[in-house]
Amino acid sequence: MINTGEILQTIEMISQQHLDVRTITMGISLRDCAHPDIKACCDKIYDKICRYAENLVKTGEDIESEFGIPIVNKRISVTPIAIVAESCEAEDLAPIALALDRAARNVGVNFIGGFSALVHKGFTKGDLKLINSIPEALAATEKVCSSVNVGTTKAGINMDAVAMMGRTIKKCAELTADSGGMACAKFVVFANAVEDNPFMAGAFHGVGEPECVINVGVSGPGVVNHALQSMKGKPFDEVAETIKKTAFRITRMGQLVAQEASNRLGVPFGIVDLSLAPTPAIGDSVADILEAMGLETVGTHGTTAALAMLNDAVKKGGIMASSRVGGLSGAFIPVSEDAGMIAAAEKGTLTIDKLEAMTCVCSVGLDMIAVPGDTPADTLAAIIADEAAIGMINNKTTAVRIIPAPGKTVGDKVDFGGLLGSAPIMPVHSESSAEFIARGGHIPAPIHSLRN
Amino acid sequence: MRAIVSVVGKDRVGIISSVCGMLSDKGINILDISQTILQEYFTMIMLVDISKSSVQFSDLVKELEQMGTAQGLDIHMQRAEIFEAMHRI
Repeated sequence: MINTGEILQTIEMISQQHLDVRTITMGISLRDCAHPDIKACCDKIYDKICRYAENLVKTGEDIESEFGIPIVNKRISVTPIAIVAESCEAEDLAPIALALDRAARNVGVNFIGGFSALVHKGFTKGDLKLINSIPEALAATEKVCSSVNVGTTKAGINMDAVAMMGRTIKKCAELTADSGGMACAKFVVFANAVEDNPFMAGAFHGVGEPECVINVGVSGPGVVNHALQSMKGKPFDEVAETIKKTAFRITRMGQLVAQEASNRLGVPFGIVDLSLAPTPAIGDSVADILEAMGLETVGTHGTTAALAMLNDAVKKGGIMASSRVGGLSGAFIPVSEDAGMIAAAEKGTLTIDKLEAMTCVCSVGLDMIAVPGDTPADTLAAIIADEAAIGMINNKTTAVRIIPAPGKTVGDKVDFGGLLGSAPIMPVHSESSAEFIARGGHIPAPIHSLRN
Repeated sequence: MRAIVSVVGKDRVGIISSVCGMLSDKGINILDISQTILQEYFTMIMLVDISKSSVQFSDLVKELEQMGTAQGLDIHMQRAEIFEAMHRI
């Protein structure tokens, strides 16, 4: 029998250190839902999602109750809608977002991802229609998340798309000005997007994925932080070992939940995503872990090194605990969703420039960052270009989820509520990037993309 | 199906008896019990077999929690696999 100490340790991790499974995400292929008539396409999409995900939430809740482990979110990712709607005759694809939203409500999930397009090498007609529909689609729905992939290591960066994304984000903010630019919190611009990411807002069901699949995202910054409390003054080798052991335990639990969900739903198990995902709750913060390593405030010198070590140790600990690892797998640093990051940004220690450096060593990128509402579209596009370049050159996923909060300026705060948290407005450089973005075209793939 | 029942709280007369009585009423067989006093707190861990339980798992969890609250105890019941997954390779 497992000994008392181990049992109490697990219970304490759950009840006091916020250990949870962050999400069970069901990936559903909608490739068979294409139809020239958008109404028929919407009906097929709605019916299929409702059919496949009928028992998702109930199963998640059953597992939660039996294993005593909170499963915070039950979500759905679908085939990038640009592909599904390619043959639709309609110009406006927002009705499809509404159908996704209705389906999500019907099955009871809190987010559905995949109002997406992959345009790293160029646009198809469907891609352009989808991108043009994003602001309205996100403003008119509550649960739909959208993403666009603008670059890859293999293909380079589509700078026309990057420019377009700056404008799309501005439009999203304008249309949802009364809620602080909420639509922007549901929209991610990627480089090297992954096909099996269970986390929102960037989840979509990639074209190489099966008909239906279960992916699980674990969490547990609070558990890692707790483990580090007894490591004060110890050398980094020992800190790394402690993080690895903790990550192993967290991931084993995620693997168990993933297998269980997969068996009960009769849907193949896809991957466990080994990301440390924070929440706005006190004690569930990635920033706290970095500060526990000896940094006075996250964002100060040493932060990038601390994060690099953390991210690597989490992967090393997690990899043996799961039969299949995938998704983004790395520490998340969403500013608005992490109490420690919020505090550091308010203090001015954590800046966008430092966050950009941090994204070189962790997943995913500039995440949930609020900037002044009058930030020009060109500047947003240039921020996206910088992140995409980091992803492209370093062969990793990077993303930008940025909110130019309407009517707000540095010193203000914007509140999104729930898991999305609240974000202090961070300053951006006022010098223009307009001419740079106006060039358009394509940044060629780096030389190390030629691996064959 | 095996589950772990954990009971933590201030020690007093009759804790084991009331928890065991409740479990036996539901047709749950106790396979193993370990009990100790940790820093003045009564701590009991039970391995139980719930395959012949007369009530749903989730209802049982709720009933145990309610019983705990009424008696000032922290009572959890979880499937045993979660502890095995986390602590055994």
